[in-house]
Amino acid sequence: MTTADTPVQPDLGGEPAPIPTVQVEDVLEHDRSWTGRARRLLLERLPADKLLPNEQPSYVASWIYVFGMGAIASLVFVIASGLVLALNGPAWYHLSALGHFINSTHLWSVELFFLFMVIHLWGKFWMAAWRGNRVLTWISGVVSFAVSIVAAFTGYLVQTNFDGQWIAFEAKDALNATGIGAWFNVADFGQMFMWHITLLPIAVGAIVALHVVLVRMHGVVPPLESAETDAQLLPELLVEATTNGDSR
Amino acid sequence: MSVLSAASVGVFLSWGVFGIQVGNLIVILVMLVLFLLALVLPFPRGRRGR
Repeated sequence: MTTADTPVQPDLGGEPAPIPTVQVEDVLEHDRSWTGRARRLLLERLPADKLLPNEQPSYVASWIYVFGMGAIASLVFVIASGLVLALNGPAWYHLSALGHFINSTHLWSVELFFLFMVIHLWGKFWMAAWRGNRVLTWISGVVSFAVSIVAAFTGYLVQTNFDGQWIAFEAKDALNATGIGAWFNVADFGQMFMWHITLLPIAVGAIVALHVVLVRMHGVVPPLESAETDAQLLPELLVEATTNGDSR
Repeated sequence: MSVLSAASVGVFLSWGVFGIQVGNLIVILVMLVLFLLALVLPFPRGRRGR
């Protein structure tokens, strides 16, 4: 320890008692609280270079890899236009020119969201994107697709026009046949409206966020024909490749 | 009235038992075309491309 690091003690006339020095890293390393454990787990599973990478493997430079981000960009537009609709209400979005336009952008961005998501799904299905411990990434994508369908369906129900009313009364028989109609009542406008503007946006947002975090944790799936180059993303394969003198 | 016109059913194409609204058919065809183009079109290389 250098002189500069020595704690300064007031001169009390006797030998100064040494003050124990504690390294911050040591505390964090041995912190048994749930925050300490969670911090260590997150740093281990999702270090900053994985969470916000500034580079991607070369195979990501393909158009088939852009549709996931296209879906997320569309979702941002869906939520932003939905917020504007919520601020101004149905009288505005049915009867004013700007309201009509924003109402339409809400629909168009939903259509783009599903369009990009379906192409993303096709691309990932045909490259078997669940390979390399990415099963949960695949499943979270499937769940986000399913929940998005329910969100879009409730959107059609709450258009506050005859179209919404017609869809509700066509759908009620199918849902009643499954038994869920007793609780999820499509003819109950208030319930469907709450689902559409609170529960389902939160659910879609949370699942999509989880999906993106999982993609960051496991890396973007490589094409089938270059499965061996997954070593770029899976440390255990990288170690094995290095040990075998494989520089791919 | 615009509120009522939103409830129009659109144009349907039918082949025997199969029927589809033109708007839905267009969206499906656009998705197929985009998917195929994404597989064959070269991706532009940026300044940092490797």
